[in-house]
Amino acid sequence: MSIRNVDMLVVGVGGQGVILASDIVAEAALVAGYDVKKTDSLGMAQRGGSVVSHLRIGQRGWSPLIRQGEVDLLVAFEKLEAARWSSYLRNGAVAIVNNHALRPLSVNVGTERYPSDEEVSDIMRQRSDRVYTVNGTAKARQLGNTRTLNMFMLGCSSLLLPIEVQTWKECMTQRIPSSILQVNLTAFDQGRKEGLDGNIR
Amino acid sequence: MKRLLSGNEALALGAYHAGVKVATAYPGTPSTEILESMARFDDVYAEWSTNEKVAMEVALGAAYAGVRSLVSVKHVGLNVSSDPFMAASTTGINGGMVVISADDPGMHSSQNEQDNRHYARLAKVPMLEPSDSQEAYEFMAYAFDISEQFDTPVLVRSTTRISHSKSVVQVNRSRVVPVRQVGFERNVKKYVMLPAHARLRHPLMEDRLVKVAAYAETSSLNRVGWGERHLGVVASGIAFQYAREAFPKASFLKLGMTYPLPRELLHHFAAGVDTLVVIEELDPFLEENIKAMGLKVVGKEITPRVGELNPAIIEQGARGVGLLTGVPAPRKADIVAELPRRPPLLCPGCPHTGIFFVLSSMGRRLKLPNSKGKSSRRSTLTITGDIGCYTLASYPPLNAMDTTACMGAGIGQALGMEKAGITNKVVAVIGDSTFLHSGITPVVDAVYNQGKITVIILDNGTTAMTGRQDHPGTGISAQGKKTKAVDLERLVRGIGVEDVKVVDAFNVKEIRVAVKSCLDNPELSVIIVRGDCAVRVPRRSGPRAVDSGKCDQCGTCLMIGCPAIQSENGQVQIDTALCVGEACTICQQICPRHAIGPQSEVEGTKCP
Repeated sequence: MSIRNVDMLVVGVGGQGVILASDIVAEAALVAGYDVKKTDSLGMAQRGGSVVSHLRIGQRGWSPLIRQGEVDLLVAFEKLEAARWSSYLRNGAVAIVNNHALRPLSVNVGTERYPSDEEVSDIMRQRSDRVYTVNGTAKARQLGNTRTLNMFMLGCSSLLLPIEVQTWKECMTQRIPSSILQVNLTAFDQGRKEGLDGNIR
Repeated sequence: MKRLLSGNEALALGAYHAGVKVATAYPGTPSTEILESMARFDDVYAEWSTNEKVAMEVALGAAYAGVRSLVSVKHVGLNVSSDPFMAASTTGINGGMVVISADDPGMHSSQNEQDNRHYARLAKVPMLEPSDSQEAYEFMAYAFDISEQFDTPVLVRSTTRISHSKSVVQVNRSRVVPVRQVGFERNVKKYVMLPAHARLRHPLMEDRLVKVAAYAETSSLNRVGWGERHLGVVASGIAFQYAREAFPKASFLKLGMTYPLPRELLHHFAAGVDTLVVIEELDPFLEENIKAMGLKVVGKEITPRVGELNPAIIEQGARGVGLLTGVPAPRKADIVAELPRRPPLLCPGCPHTGIFFVLSSMGRRLKLPNSKGKSSRRSTLTITGDIGCYTLASYPPLNAMDTTACMGAGIGQALGMEKAGITNKVVAVIGDSTFLHSGITPVVDAVYNQGKITVIILDNGTTAMTGRQDHPGTGISAQGKKTKAVDLERLVRGIGVEDVKVVDAFNVKEIRVAVKSCLDNPELSVIIVRGDCAVRVPRRSGPRAVDSGKCDQCGTCLMIGCPAIQSENGQVQIDTALCVGEACTICQQICPRHAIGPQSEVEGTKCP
C-alpha cells in the first residue's frame, strides 16, 4: 500500500465504537506527519444505525468524502456493513472484516434476510480478493470487554498504515479513560498480532 | 500549532480567539458541538437556551451591552429565531454578533432540507461560508470584525460536511478580547423599533449592504486562482472542495463571503474564462444572484437542487453538459445484492419503548401475534408527534406516531384535529426538552380554548437525540453548574391543566392505566412519563434472558423493537451485552408466557 496516501473507510453499527476508532487513526496520522481529513455519517440516532467514517490520509484529494471505487482499506466491524460498503473498494484493495453479525430489526422480525457468509464473501470478492476475516468480537469477549473490539480492529489495521506502534498507543492514551486503557491497549496488541498471524498486508 | 479539529470545534475556537464573551444555542444536529466546545472555556458565558429564539435574544442583548456574542443553531433553528434575527439586522449591534447556521443537505438528521443562505438576503446581512476547518477557524475573526465595522449581525453558514468533518488546523492566534467598556448606552432611535424609528433604520440597512459589497470586492475572503482559462468555477463552502477535485485544472473564484457578492470581481473573473460555472449544493443561490448581474453562467444544469453533493455527482453533471470531455467516466458501481437496511433504533432500555408499546397496542396498531385479527381494524387513536429520538417510534414494529413537523408542533396539531371534529381520540407526544423548547405555548392554547386532547411528555431528563445535553428541566447548566430545575408537573398545573399524571416509564401496567384514564376523560390531560435515558443508565445489572422451556415463540417481545432482543429461526434470544437489565424489564412485563426473567434465574432453573 502506498505510504503517502491512504483512503480508508471504517464501518460498523452505532455503539461499536467506529467514531472513536477513526478519530484515533486520524490523530495518529497527524502525529505521524500526514495531512488528514475525516468525516462521519451516522444518521440521526445514537445507537443501532449503520455508521461509516471516511478517512483520507495524505493529500490525494480535497473532498472529505471518498468516492465509490477509491477506498484502499476498508475496516468493517460487522459483516453486513462490510458487504454494504464494499462498492467503495478500489480493485485489489484490502478489507479487514470482523467475523460477527448484528442482525437488523427487520431481520429479527422476519421482513428481511441476513446474507449468508458466502453471499457476503461473493459481494466482497467482486472488488478484491484481499479480504481478511478476523475474530474480533470473540477476542474482545475473551478480554472480558466486548467494547474493546474497536481497538482490536485498529491493531489489525495498524499493519497497513505508516504509523509507529508508539504513536498509536500515545493517541489511544489521550482518548481512552484510564480505567479501561490497559484492556484496550491489550486489545490493540492482540489485533496487531492477529493481523501478523493472518498475514494481513 | 497544528490541531485536528472538526468544523464545529474550529468555529468555536475561532470565536473564542476572537474574544467572544457570551455564547448561546439550543442543541440541533449538526450544530450542537459548537456550543459544547464554547462551554469548555471558563472565561466565556455559554448557555443552552430554552430555544433558538431565546438564544438569539440573549446574544443580541449581550451585543447591545458591548461584548462579542455568538449564536449557533441548525438550519431550522434559524426559523425559530428568525424574528429576533430580523430585529438584530434592523437595530444593528454594538459588540460584534455572529450567528452560525449549520445546514443539513441530505437531511442526515433533519426534517427538511432548506438552504439558509436565503436568510442572508432576507435579513440583509453579510454571510461567510467556510470550506474546511482551517477556514472555519479563521473566518470567525473576519465575521466579528465585519459585524462591528458595519454594525450588523453576520451569518456564518456551515453544513453537516463542514461541521462534522475533521481536518488539520494551523492555530495561529490566541484569545484577544476587545478592550471596551461593557455597558448599554440608551439610544431609542437605534434600539426601540417603533415604526418611526424603524423607518430610519431601513435605509441604513440598504446603505450597509452597499458598503459590505464594496468590502467584498477587495476582501481576502474572496480569491481568484487562475488555472486553465476555458473553465471558470465559482464555488463556496464544501462545494468548493468537491469542485476542485472534479475540475483540478480549472480557474476558480472561491467565495468566502457569499452575500453580498462582489460584482466587479465576478465580472472580472467571468471575462477571464470561456465558460463560467457555479457549483453549489441545494438552491441556485449564487447562480441566480450572478445571473442578475447580467452574467451568463452554468449552474443547476450540472448539480441537483436536492440532496448532499459530492465530486462524483459534479463529474456526472459536468459530463452531461459537455464539460469534462477528456476525463474517462468511472466504471459503474457493482450491483450489490439487496441487503437489509439498518435504520437507527430506539436503544435497548429506552424509556420511550413502554409508552409507545402501550399506545400502539391500545390504539390497535400492533399486530400482536396472539390478538386474533384485532390489528386489521382501523387505529382508534391518532398520535401526533414531535422532534426527538421518539420520532423513531413511527417505524415498525411500534408504528406509533402519525405526524412530525417541527419542534413543538404536535400539541397544536392535536388540538387542530380535535377542533376539526375527528372521531378518534388524539394524543400528542413530546419530549421534555422539546416541550420546554416550544410545547408550553400550545398547552396554554389548549387550556384557553378548552381542548380535550391528551399531551404525553416523555421526560427522560436530557436532550437525547443530539447527544444528551442538559436543558431547563435538568437543573444543570451548559457549563455543568447546578442551577434551578423547571418542574414540569407544576408548570402544566400552573397553566391550568387539572388532569396531570406522572408515571414510571418502565412500568407498563402503570402507563396503561394512566393512558386509559386520560383517554376516558373528556377534558384536557397531561401524562408525564418519567424514566432516565438509556444512555444515562450508570450501572447495568441483571440482564434478561428467555426461558426456552416456557417461550412459545409468540413474538410479542419483538413488538417493542428492542435491539437487544434477537430472533434466529423463530428462537428468541436476548443479547446480554446490549440488555440494560434491571433498569428496564419492559420485555419481561409484556411476555404473555412469563418466559423472560433475570439471566441468573432463568439459566439457574434450566434442566441440565
